[in-house]
Amino acid sequence: MNTRTKSTSGIEYAARDFLVKYGFILVTLISFVLFFATQDTFRLSTTFFSMLKYTSVVAITGLGITFSMAVGGLDLSVGAVAGMAVTLSAMTMVVYDKPAIVAVALVLLAGIVIGCINAFLIVVLKIPDLLATLASMFAIMGLKLVPVNGRSVSSGMMMEDGSTAPGKFTDAFLKIDGGQFGPIPYAVILWMTLTVICWLFLTRTIWGRAMYAVGSNPEAALLAGIRVKMYRSLAYILSSLLASISGLILASRIGQGDISAGNSLLLDSVAVALVGTSVLAMGKPNAWGTALGAFLMGVVITGLTIAGFPYYGQDVVKGSVLLLALVFSFTLSRKKSRFISAV
Amino acid sequence: MKKSLEIRSIRKSFGSNEVLKGISFRIEPGEIVSLLGANGAGKSTLIKILSGAFTEFEGEILINDQLANINSPLEARSQGIETVHQKINEGIIAGLTVAENLLFDRIALGEISRIASPSKMVQESKKTLKELDLDWDNSILKDDVFNLGIADQQLLLLARALSNNPSLLILDEPTSALSNAEVVRLFKIIQKLRADGVAILYVSHRLGEIDELADRLVILRDGVIQAIQKKPFNWNSALHDMLGLDLSDSQFGQEEQRGKDVILSIKEAQVFDESRPWSLDIRSGEVTGVIGLLGAGKSEFARALYGVEKFKSGTLEFLGKPFRPSSPIDAIRKGIFLISEDRARDGILEGWSISNTTSLPFLQRISSGGILNFGNETNLAMSMIKRLNVVTQSHRSTVDSLSGGNQQKVMVGRWLMQNSRLLLLDEPFRGVDIGARREIAQQIRDLVRAGNAAIIFSSDIDEILESADRVFVMVEGNIMFDAYLSDTSRSEIIKRMSEVA
Repeated sequence: MNTRTKSTSGIEYAARDFLVKYGFILVTLISFVLFFATQDTFRLSTTFFSMLKYTSVVAITGLGITFSMAVGGLDLSVGAVAGMAVTLSAMTMVVYDKPAIVAVALVLLAGIVIGCINAFLIVVLKIPDLLATLASMFAIMGLKLVPVNGRSVSSGMMMEDGSTAPGKFTDAFLKIDGGQFGPIPYAVILWMTLTVICWLFLTRTIWGRAMYAVGSNPEAALLAGIRVKMYRSLAYILSSLLASISGLILASRIGQGDISAGNSLLLDSVAVALVGTSVLAMGKPNAWGTALGAFLMGVVITGLTIAGFPYYGQDVVKGSVLLLALVFSFTLSRKKSRFISAV
Repeated sequence: MKKSLEIRSIRKSFGSNEVLKGISFRIEPGEIVSLLGANGAGKSTLIKILSGAFTEFEGEILINDQLANINSPLEARSQGIETVHQKINEGIIAGLTVAENLLFDRIALGEISRIASPSKMVQESKKTLKELDLDWDNSILKDDVFNLGIADQQLLLLARALSNNPSLLILDEPTSALSNAEVVRLFKIIQKLRADGVAILYVSHRLGEIDELADRLVILRDGVIQAIQKKPFNWNSALHDMLGLDLSDSQFGQEEQRGKDVILSIKEAQVFDESRPWSLDIRSGEVTGVIGLLGAGKSEFARALYGVEKFKSGTLEFLGKPFRPSSPIDAIRKGIFLISEDRARDGILEGWSISNTTSLPFLQRISSGGILNFGNETNLAMSMIKRLNVVTQSHRSTVDSLSGGNQQKVMVGRWLMQNSRLLLLDEPFRGVDIGARREIAQQIRDLVRAGNAAIIFSSDIDEILESADRVFVMVEGNIMFDAYLSDTSRSEIIKRMSEVA
C-alpha cells in the first residue's frame, strides 16, 4: 500500500525544483534575448515601450483576475466591463459633450457598481462565481448597446435626429494611452503603479492575507474569524474596478466607442493571471506574477509579429505559453497548486 | 438463498499501523449482529474488507463454510454481500432519475440497456420497490434523484441493495439521516429481512437501535474483539469494553478545580429537532467536559456557541448579557474561541506556513493600520512553537508537512496566544499522542487557572477524566448527566452514556 517504488535522485529533484521556481523567468529572459539578438526592430526602445503599452490593458485586467482567483473564484465579466468602459466614455464625451474627467469618474463608478452587483449575485444570492459572472458578462455586453442603438460611437457621428454629435474624444482623454512621461507611456506607468499597489495589498495587508485565506480554505477562514463574504465581495469589486481602468486605456487608444472592444480581453487576462501563478513556484495568484506573465505574452507576440509570424497565429502562441506555465505548476511541481480547483 | 458468513483471524495493516488484529466471528442466516466500537476501532476497515473495497488483508472469509474470494466490490455482490455505506452521496448517482438510480447496478452490468425507455425503467424499479413496501409513484421515479429527501435517498440505496437479493446485508449507520418515523419503517424492513433468513451486520452508534434490533453484539476496540454479547445486552459492560476497561476509578489525573462565577448561561437550548431542551451554566475557573458518542450533538453544541450554527431554540447569556453570535467573529470579539473537530477540513490551509496559520485569527494584533508586521508575526509563531513544543524545522514550514500531533498543537496553540474567556475544544486530542495530549491539557489548565473557562467536547472517556473537572454526558442531543468528577465515577459516566435517550 505504502511502498515507495519510485526513487528519484536528489540532483533530479534539485533540478526540477529549480525549473519549477525559475523556469518561467528563464523562458521570459530567453525569448527576450532571442528576439533582441535576431530582430533589428525589436531592439528599438520605441518598440519596447509600445509593446509594454499594448500589454498594459491585458495586464491590468489580469490584476483584477488575480483578486478573484485569490479568493478562490474567477471573474468572467472583466472583458465585458472593459468594453462597457469604452462605450460609456464615448457616450459621455461624444454624445453628452462632457469633459474627460467626468467620463473617467463615470466609468470607475460603473466598474464599482458592477463589482457590487457581481458580489451580490455571488455572496447573497449564492450563485457560483463562474456562473454569476458569466451571466453578468452577457448582461453588460447587451446592456451597453441599448443607449447607442447597437452602434459604435465616434466623434462627429450622425445622431438619431439627424444632427451631428456635439462632443468628441477630448485631448486630455486621448493622453491616457497616447501620453508619455519621458519615453515611458502613461499607460505603462499606470500598470506598474497598480501592480505595486496590488502586490503590497495582497502580501502586506491583513485584507490581502484574509483574501488568500478565503481562497485557500473558506471554512477554515470563517472559523478563524475572517469575514469571508466581505472579502469575496471586495475581490469582485476590485476586479471590476481594475477592468474599468483598463477599459479607459482601451477607449483612449481606440479613440472611439467601438462596441466590439474588450471582447478578447477576458481570455487573455485569465491566461496571464494563470501564468503568473507559476512564477517563482508561488502556486497562487500574485500581482508580480501576473505582470510578468503579461510581459512574456507581450514579448512573444511582439517578437513573432516583427519576425513575420502571421497575426492569426497569435492564439496558438498564447495557448502554448499558458500550457508551458501549467506544466511548471502542475506536472513538474512537487507541491500541489491549491487554488485552481475553483477555476 | 440463505447463507452464513464467517470471518477468521482477519488482520489488516496500513504501513506499520495494525488496524485489525485478528478478528473472528460468525453471522448465521436470519441473524442481526451489531458491530460496536469507538472511532478508530476498525469498524470501517472491516466493512471495507467484507464489501470488497480492501483486498489485501490476512485471514479468511467463509460463506456457507466455503472459503470465499472477494477481490472487488463486484465479486462481493456476486457472492451475495450487499453494503449500504454511511455516506449517502457516495451511493447516489447525481443527474440520473430515481428509477435509474434504483436500477443502477443492473444498468452498469448491461442487464438493462442504458437507453431503455423511461416507462420500462419505471416498471422495473417498481418491482424493486415492492420489496420495501415503498410506493413511489411514476412522477417520483422519473424525477431527478436530487429531488428526493435525504431519508428517501437512504431508502433508495437500501432498495437497490435488496434488489440483488443479498444473503448478507451490511448496514453502516443507516439511520443517521432518518427521522424517528423513518427509523421505525426501516426497522420493519430489517426485521422482515431477518425473518426471510438474511444475515445482517448492523453498525451504529445509537445504542437504543442496537438494543431493539440486534441478536448479538460484537464489540471492537483497537482492532481487537473485546467481547461478544447475546441478548439481553448489558450496556454498562458493553460501553466499558468499547471505551476501554479501566476500573481504577480514583485516578483522575490532576486535582479538581471548581469554579464559582457563571460565565455562560445556556437556557432551554435544543440541539436537534427531536431532542429535549436543556439549560446549563458554564463556570470560569474550571474545565467542563462534554462527553458523548459520535452523533450525540457535541459538535452542534460547540458550533452553536461559536456562531457557526444555531440552536433549534434557546438563548445564551455571556457574562450576564444576552449573546446571539451570528458568525465566529462575534464570538471571537467576546473572547470565545473554537478549536474545531476536523483540523484538515476546518483548520489547515494547504501550503500555509506555521507563522501564517498561527496569526490568521489575530491579524489585527500583528498589524497596525491594516499593514502586517512580519516581525510581530514571526515572534507570535515562535512563542507558540516554544509554548507547545511544536516539533518543526522552522516557523516557515508548512503546517501540512508536520506530523498529526504537531499539526494539532498548532491548531490549538494559535488560539492560546490571545487571551480567551471561554475556549471551546472539539475533540482536541484526536490523532494526538500522549505527549502532545499532556501539553495541550496543561495549557488548558493554565488558561482556566487564570480565571477563564474551557469546554472540552470528546467521545473518549479517558480524555475527559484526565483533563476536565466537571462532566456533562450527552446522548442524542440531550444532557443526561451533570457532575463534578470527584462526585462521580468512571462507571457512573459510562452507565449514563449507555442510557438510551
